[in-house]
Amino acid sequence: MIQVSHVSKIYKNDSVETVALADVSFEIKKGEFVAIMGPSGSGKSTLMHILGALDTPTSGTYILDGENISKLKDDELADIRNRKIGFVFQAFNLLPRTPALKNVALPMVYAGVPKEERLTKAQKLLEMVGLGDRLNHTPSQLSGGQQQRVAIARSLAMNPSILLPDEPTGNIATVQAEEIMAIFQKLNDEGHTIVMITHEPNIAEHAKRVIHLRDGKIVNDGNNHKQRRVKR
Amino acid sequence: MDFTETIIEAISTLTLNKLRTGLATLGIVIGIGSVIALVSLGQAAQKAVASQIQSLGSNLLTVSPGAQSAGFVRGAAGGSTTLTFEDAKALKDSPQVATVKNVSPEFSRRTQVTTGRKNTNTQILGIIPSYAEVRKISLTAGVFIGDKDVQSMGKVAVLGPQVVNDLFGEGANPVGQSVRINSQSFRIIGVTVSKGGTGFLNQDDIVFVPLTTAQKLLFGADYVTEAQNENVMTQAQDEVGYLLLARHKLRDPSQADFTIFSQNDILGAASQVTGTFTALLSGIAAISLLVGGIGIMNIMLVTVTERTREIGLRKALGAKKKVVITQFLIESIILTFAGGVIGMAVGIAASFIIASFINLPFTLSAQSVLLAIGVSGAIGVIFGWYPARKAANLQPIEALRYE
Repeated sequence: MIQVSHVSKIYKNDSVETVALADVSFEIKKGEFVAIMGPSGSGKSTLMHILGALDTPTSGTYILDGENISKLKDDELADIRNRKIGFVFQAFNLLPRTPALKNVALPMVYAGVPKEERLTKAQKLLEMVGLGDRLNHTPSQLSGGQQQRVAIARSLAMNPSILLPDEPTGNIATVQAEEIMAIFQKLNDEGHTIVMITHEPNIAEHAKRVIHLRDGKIVNDGNNHKQRRVKR
Repeated sequence: MDFTETIIEAISTLTLNKLRTGLATLGIVIGIGSVIALVSLGQAAQKAVASQIQSLGSNLLTVSPGAQSAGFVRGAAGGSTTLTFEDAKALKDSPQVATVKNVSPEFSRRTQVTTGRKNTNTQILGIIPSYAEVRKISLTAGVFIGDKDVQSMGKVAVLGPQVVNDLFGEGANPVGQSVRINSQSFRIIGVTVSKGGTGFLNQDDIVFVPLTTAQKLLFGADYVTEAQNENVMTQAQDEVGYLLLARHKLRDPSQADFTIFSQNDILGAASQVTGTFTALLSGIAAISLLVGGIGIMNIMLVTVTERTREIGLRKALGAKKKVVITQFLIESIILTFAGGVIGMAVGIAASFIIASFINLPFTLSAQSVLLAIGVSGAIGVIFGWYPARKAANLQPIEALRYE
């Protein structure tokens, strides 16, 4: 499903070169739940940008669903993001003053899905994350945990190949964070591939596999035999 | 996203900040409003001047003494005596001149007219009876100057309604009374119907006297000849020219000691003048429109900066450049278009009010309405393009990180 081989990312700022990723290679198979861990500056954000088709590598190849997307143009990348990636951001990134239903339907707007179909699907997804009674609430009327659940519903709108949560619990109280992780585990059980970026060990331990990054290199990549299941 | 949805979304975004949207639109309202008002007032003025000139008769040729161009030294038109009463008779009777229906020699000067108590400075016009037919004059009281008066150099006068107002008061009937022109007493025999007009075109501020009498008082003569109809104007102009050249024993038309105008020449010159003024004023108004456009661009740039995170999110979720450009362009077009429509209403109202104040006919051309709508839409595109492109070219990573 995901093949990353010899990917490097070098940022050039004036005459200073910063190596964010140095010759990283790994594979992720369908149905895996991977946590990518590392301290700040380890390159995990850069890796997440490349995996999420927000950026392209300086060298190396990234193959997603058999499609090499390391050399695509802006609009082609936008299309990949739309169809194959389900982002969940740390800061939720919902459209302000816009009802939950419309926020969830937004990716389908760019895919050209007809309005009725969009809203029906968005409603189903919101019911699935337990917000069936908050369809018309705007983000400011929802708690952090609820906002993140709206964001998760949105990430599922286009049935993406991978879900890409980036520090999904960073802005949420601990109790609600557990609920969010429960949703991810449930989605994983249903067959969704999840690649989660986090720097918190107690969040990473919800995953089945953990990749440790340091200074742009993979220092450890192994199965997490003690995956912590959230009881529902 | 289909088009109507995009528009609805843009409108709801714009209504979030009503004050800012209103102020941005105001610039366009003022710009479009002043263009519409000035163009329609200009057209009204043009129409007014044209209809005044045309009311003099559209099939008239005016022959004035004096060369068309005789270097720098030139007598004032009417100041020389190159045209005579005999020339006028010849124009009327000559078999060579087939297209001329009527000839009305006239002679005019401005001078003082008094009743002893009151006085006014007005135009004295020496004419023959056919003038009334050529110029389509009718009377409210009394009779017009007759052939007898011309032959006998009678001291009789027909007054324009303005002169009656000035000398005898509004609505008075002065027929039978007398006025003094250049110290000579004239008996008033008639009053003409008001024809309107202002300034040098005022056809009511006039005193008619027999041509022979006027020539005795002062010298020189103008002719007005009337062609059979408007279609033979050029032919009539040529015939009159050739006959007068022959009578004055001149071979070369460039030596002509007279000038022939048709009403169309005068109309052309006058509408050129008003047209130039209209263009000038519209140009000034267009500058305010430009300033309004820059205001729109400024607001759109602020909007793009404010909504950087939103744009980043939209792009991350799969919005292509074209979609982002469309979204922002539609917002700016709605701003300017709304401004254009309101501005049009304001402009029409303003020109209607001003026109009724200064007694101009109110005109509104479909052209200026279409122009306003077209221009305001175009301003939205032109000044919205750069901010929209800026939004579309934002990198999603940086835009998402933007605080």
